[in-house]
Amino acid sequence: MIVLHGRGIVGGCAEGEALVTRETISGWGGIDPMTGTVIETRHELRGQSFKDKILVFPGAKGSSGWSNAFHMTRLTKSAPLAMVFNQMTTKIALGAVVTRVPAVTELDQDPLSVIETGDWVKVDGDRGVVEVTKKRF
Amino acid sequence: MFLTGDEKAMLDGAGGVAKQKAMELLVRYAQALGAERFVDTKNIAGVPGSSTLFLQKYFEEHAGDGSFEAVFSLYDLDAGEVMAVPEASGNCCHLQGGMDLAHWADLGMSREAMQHQQADEAALARHGVRIMKTCTPYLAGNLPVKGEHCAWMESSAVVYCNSVIGARTNTEGRESTSAAMLTGKIPDWGFHRDEHRRATHLIEVETPVESVMDWGMLGYFIGGAVEEDIPVLSGAIRQADPLRHKHFGAAAASSGGVEMYHIVGVTPEAASLEMALGGRKPVATIKYGPEERRRVYETLNANGRDANVDYVMLGCPHASIEQFREVAQLLDGKKIKTHLWMFTSRAVKTVADMSGFTKKIEDAGGLVMTDTCSAIARAVPKGTKIVALDSAKQTHYLPAMVDVGAWFGTTEDCIHAAITGRWAGELR
Repeated sequence: MIVLHGRGIVGGCAEGEALVTRETISGWGGIDPMTGTVIETRHELRGQSFKDKILVFPGAKGSSGWSNAFHMTRLTKSAPLAMVFNQMTTKIALGAVVTRVPAVTELDQDPLSVIETGDWVKVDGDRGVVEVTKKRF
Repeated sequence: MFLTGDEKAMLDGAGGVAKQKAMELLVRYAQALGAERFVDTKNIAGVPGSSTLFLQKYFEEHAGDGSFEAVFSLYDLDAGEVMAVPEASGNCCHLQGGMDLAHWADLGMSREAMQHQQADEAALARHGVRIMKTCTPYLAGNLPVKGEHCAWMESSAVVYCNSVIGARTNTEGRESTSAAMLTGKIPDWGFHRDEHRRATHLIEVETPVESVMDWGMLGYFIGGAVEEDIPVLSGAIRQADPLRHKHFGAAAASSGGVEMYHIVGVTPEAASLEMALGGRKPVATIKYGPEERRRVYETLNANGRDANVDYVMLGCPHASIEQFREVAQLLDGKKIKTHLWMFTSRAVKTVADMSGFTKKIEDAGGLVMTDTCSAIARAVPKGTKIVALDSAKQTHYLPAMVDVGAWFGTTEDCIHAAITGRWAGELR
């Protein structure tokens, strides 16, 4: 198991399968808040849903509707289980706060290098700890 | 974090429960950012309490109350209870909305949704919010001054506010602007602070950038190249008018997350390259030449499939009055074969009406609408397969949001397509 230490920005604990992207995600216009599916043209996750996944991504981009789009996923029960990300922005800070899922950033290792889609990830937003169990082939 | 006396008092409930919940949300947000304090703001642009039928019905079902105050309390302020919402403080305006109240049927909206928006608007007005209904508040009566701390949503307005005006705002969200309307506070982070307003990337422009289309393409290229960092443009670039800045910034904020840019000798915090960079070296120098220009054009036209155009959409971001003049001149005495919808603010439409521009567009067969756009309303004319656009931002969003092919070009290319029904645009 690999343990990463960072700063929790929204408290709580969650664990599940990771969905990892090296591309930043747009909220409004980039995801379908009814299903949690990435819809942005040319995005590497296009057509995939982060619902019930640990979303590991560089950060947020695009419209200021980011927080609203992720806030909506909380209502539609399509939100990710937790967020692990690198780049702090107002979009992602507010989005994580109102989505109310554990969120950790400023990690001591790059989560995009350590975590792959399908890995089992445990996020502790109170302590800022991310535990990664690599998937078995 | 450090809290002033009035902030502590609001948190303790001295200003009532709604202000208390608003402060609680702002503290959660500020702590997530790592902000150390708040700044005072009197200029707030957001989408307070506005709800789709989905939100209204969700809260009717889950909280027994789908009123404006319920949506504002439970959703905007993320509070656990429905509260009496006091009047907004300061200069607060509502940005774009979901539909044009006169043309809701053309947009495919229901009468129920239209009446719901009317009720929302009346509630907003009662709460002291200016019904501006535009993504371009700076063209419709909300123009801050250099250095003014603002709390704005709408990425294209944010980048304009920071870069062209020299006022200070982060890209705020619905919940933070709604909380700021009650408290007059926003986290002192990012673009509110001098050290975060300096350029990181140098863009060497090596090909002339003159037309609105070219400014849009340059913005789209830069957003992709710097993501959310801060570019400074140097080289073959001159002062642009507000229209070109509008299209440039909107594009850069769509392909990336650009919230501020500098142009040497043009924008207010870039009297020199050294000033824009704050005395540091750029982390990267990126060239924009004819080859990059051609690639951006091809990227923006990647969803163009069929030369038969059904629909021309103009006004992203909302059209300025000079765009109305151009479109009215191009359409004067002509009839169009496609649908043509042009979107703007209510303020600019009033001027366009009185200037005779709206009539010329409508006489040709077009429709002028306010408040929204095709991407926001997720509405295109029935049966649309291929749309023609003069906005890089709309080209970025619309094909992903409603399943259509899209051509990108100049306003003239778009009007030509409207008149002939065929796309003939090319990179010139």
